Amino acid sequence: MGTVNPVKGEPCRILRVAGPLIEMEYTGGTAMYDLVSLGDAALPGEVVAISGDVVTVQAYEYTGGLAPGHRARPRGAPLSARLGPGLLGGIFDGLLRPLSAAGEWLVPGANRPQDRGRTWTFTPRVTEGQQVTQGAVLGEVRTAGPVPVRILVPPGRSGPVERIAPEGSYPSGAVVAVVADAEVRMVCDWPIRTPRPVLERVEAREALNTGQRAIDLLFPVARGSTVAVPGGFGTGKTVLLQQIAKWCDADVIVYIGCGERGNEMADVIAELSALEDPRTGGRLADRTVTIANTSNMPMMAREASIYTGATVAEYFRDMGLDVVAIADSTSRWAEALREFASRTGELPAEEGYPAGLASAIAAFYERAAAVTTLGGARGSVTVIGAVSPPGGDMTEPVTAHTERFVRCLWTLDRDLAYARHYPAISWSGSFSRDTDAVGAGHAQAGDPDWVRRRTRTAALLAEADRLADLVDLVGITALPDRERIGVLGGRLIREGLLQQSALSERDAFCGPEKTTALAEAVLDVVDRCRRLVDSGVPAATVEEADFTPLLRAREESGPHDAAGVAARRDAVLARLGELS
Amino acid sequence: MAWSEVEYTAVRELRGPLAVVEGVTGVGWDEFVRITLHSGEQRHGLVLEVNRDLAVVQVLEDTAGMDPAGVRMAFAGTPLRIPVGTGWLGRVCNGRGEPVDGGPPVFGATSAAVGGVPINPARRQPPADPVLTGVGAVDALTTLVRGQKLPVFSVAGLPHLELATQIAAQSTAAGQAFSVVFAGMGLTHADASFVRDALEERSAASELVLLLNTADDPVIERILTPRLALTVAEHLAFDAGRHVLVVMTDMTTYAEALREVSAARGEIPARRAYPGYLYSDLASLYERCGRIDGRPGSVTVVPVLTMPAGDITHPVPDLTGYITEGQIVLSRDVHARGVYPPVDALASLSRLMRFGAGPGRTRDDHLDVAAQLLAALARARQVRELAELVGQAALSRADRRYLELGDAFLYRFMDQRPEETRTLDDTLERGWQVLLTLERSELTMLPDALIDAHEKGAGG
Repeated sequence: MGTVNPVKGEPCRILRVAGPLIEMEYTGGTAMYDLVSLGDAALPGEVVAISGDVVTVQAYEYTGGLAPGHRARPRGAPLSARLGPGLLGGIFDGLLRPLSAAGEWLVPGANRPQDRGRTWTFTPRVTEGQQVTQGAVLGEVRTAGPVPVRILVPPGRSGPVERIAPEGSYPSGAVVAVVADAEVRMVCDWPIRTPRPVLERVEAREALNTGQRAIDLLFPVARGSTVAVPGGFGTGKTVLLQQIAKWCDADVIVYIGCGERGNEMADVIAELSALEDPRTGGRLADRTVTIANTSNMPMMAREASIYTGATVAEYFRDMGLDVVAIADSTSRWAEALREFASRTGELPAEEGYPAGLASAIAAFYERAAAVTTLGGARGSVTVIGAVSPPGGDMTEPVTAHTERFVRCLWTLDRDLAYARHYPAISWSGSFSRDTDAVGAGHAQAGDPDWVRRRTRTAALLAEADRLADLVDLVGITALPDRERIGVLGGRLIREGLLQQSALSERDAFCGPEKTTALAEAVLDVVDRCRRLVDSGVPAATVEEADFTPLLRAREESGPHDAAGVAARRDAVLARLGELS
Repeated sequence: MAWSEVEYTAVRELRGPLAVVEGVTGVGWDEFVRITLHSGEQRHGLVLEVNRDLAVVQVLEDTAGMDPAGVRMAFAGTPLRIPVGTGWLGRVCNGRGEPVDGGPPVFGATSAAVGGVPINPARRQPPADPVLTGVGAVDALTTLVRGQKLPVFSVAGLPHLELATQIAAQSTAAGQAFSVVFAGMGLTHADASFVRDALEERSAASELVLLLNTADDPVIERILTPRLALTVAEHLAFDAGRHVLVVMTDMTTYAEALREVSAARGEIPARRAYPGYLYSDLASLYERCGRIDGRPGSVTVVPVLTMPAGDITHPVPDLTGYITEGQIVLSRDVHARGVYPPVDALASLSRLMRFGAGPGRTRDDHLDVAAQLLAALARARQVRELAELVGQAALSRADRRYLELGDAFLYRFMDQRPEETRTLDDTLERGWQVLLTLERSELTMLPDALIDAHEKGAGG
């Protein structure tokens, strides 16, 4: 990062300081998006406009005390992220400077120590003289978690391996190989605004199991797809995203806390360190890269943090891994765009946001993809972005534009949250355009019924919603018996299937087999109830039956306990059998 | 403050709270400014922008009566710093931190920038353990946790100032060193003297810092007041090891001051003409709460705001809600029924409650009682709506008990006097009595053994 590149370019004079907006003289040798060090404290900034002999710079730290006449130094290189084995398990700011090593207070311009002194175990995977092409694996570096970091031939390089380091411990900056005259280090720098190249994009069709039933069952997301999660405050947005960060079956999670609460970040960090990865037994933290740019940290670094996170995600994707990048919240990122546009006097579009907002959102979500990497492996980046609509207004620009560019939308509903129905994912206001692809994937993997289950569940919910409006008008007793079972069915699906407590010991995470078992159980019970009223049993009698075992099945059986769910279903079916 | 030797006199423009001075050199952004008027009167300002040799200065006391010809400006060379330390305790100051209690200026061994420095999120300790306010409804249902930010959402005409003052006067942290910093913004003189009177005891005990900006004080000064309060609080907490509660009222007034400066600068307005950076600005205040790894103290923030026209989607409550960890909502309906504090228990929430209440923190049954009370209250509200449609006579016996519970909750549980400190034990026992209005089979969230014990205790 800032401290890494040697100082380049002639120092030039600062002309204007207005918060994060800096103007300085143009002295040649400065390009768009180049990094600039501002003043004696060497605050990092980025060139965002060059007009005549004036360069406009966006500063990434608090600029108090910076004055016209102070020196600025162009660094001759774009803002880059330093990618390497130290990322996993680490906590970084928006420019990917490590926070774990920094002090209690983030003083502007203070030098943030890198992981100097730390060494990593490198194991070569090629031999000297071997011909390699771009993206090929040169060696692996062991990390604390299950994922080894693979050292790859840089893009655009191919040729013979001229030198390869033997197995051993090396500091992160060490040269571990020489390929076609180029040194390959254990770490590499990549400009954050440039997507890393891939061989080709492929269709995303394999489901990402999130462990949240409402998602896996109704609004599935494919690996390499995009999701937006809009929700007003108090709808449980952050809790849902944290649940996914903890339990989804990706290899690496990049969690970007963008303009959110400091206490929440502290809580995420503490929890991830304490929790065990159910798939590997290691710490969940060791498969996670946390980028924490809380709401009181410099606003402009929020703008960068989204791209930094995407770059980190792509770095792991290129090793042939499935990565999930979670950004909470993209609205705060958009606000940073607006703030800066306003200071530069750009003509505003909707609600003061810059006219480029829609394309900036689209470009960010485009960094998600299922790909064939340069090395020929399969990898994916799934992007999940939270949206915080002001006043819960879903027509505001960030929400409205984001909806257009994502493949899945999980809308969080205030009424559901108010009724303590969590996760408060609205079934009427959400969508997944991955349903067909994921359904085909499930069928291929031996679950041909997945599509039918989803369709039936969604249909029952829609039916129950329609009936609920009617019940509000005329009362439940005025409904025909068959429709009363529709109301009952909706309740069983909501309470027995969709609700899932993030605090529950057994149900915070739900394996695919349990999701299937619960869905089947509820659908079977609803079918039986229907048959009962069809055969003449009064709906009131059916409604009074004890469904408790079914409703408690989700809490009482473990995350993979399909048999336990089936047993409880059978208990309820047996009781219903006694009614006929 | 080490003032520059040069005083600049070339004031080119005066407009609203802004003054533009030309010919400056070496003046940095966000520097503090001393402005001397022709009459010798001194005012203060902050540098909003420096462009070549022009500096735009925001005048805290406003530009009224300023003649560009007679104005001299000196620059401090740094952003505004104030002395910090325990010297603030027991003092009453205006919104700029100048004493109004007749005492000498506040002195401190060290100084700190009022803008604050962000706490490293990796060094934060998640909030834990309660601040008990002695207000039953708050302690039992929306427990305030040390290091949390929990706002009070109110509307004009409700006793939010009484509640804020009561919380400031009564709060404790289980016998550990505790201080309160109370920042009043745009208070009427009557309100300001009410606050001073109500908090006199705490002030005399040197546990209180009072910063009062009154309605006729300069509007722009209000932008500074909460920052002073939080700077003082941070040092009392993280250097002096105290648990500090910061009460800030009224944040809507604060946001209006911010809007006024933004409009004067000709910035592009966002929602309801508030500046686009309102979220970040509010966050720069609220986020100064917390606890730090390896340090004993904590900063807990209770901002109080009035929702214009009772609209919770108004930018100030909306953005506050996005930043804070829950909210305490006051209700006109409850107020109309003569209950104090008029808390809308179902709309209120403390997101961190489970870190501050329950076994080892307050009482073992606390979380269960709170959950059961809220569930019963939600049902009581449904029943009330139903009763309005079908009439009370058509209700089942269990449902009629819920109606009774609704009333018992207000009058036997929530209602208390503004000067009454209610212990948590008393509050929770009242909660039990209210719950026992219901049939036992309705109390599904409480363990049987506890219900037995309480039924006996109630003589039932």
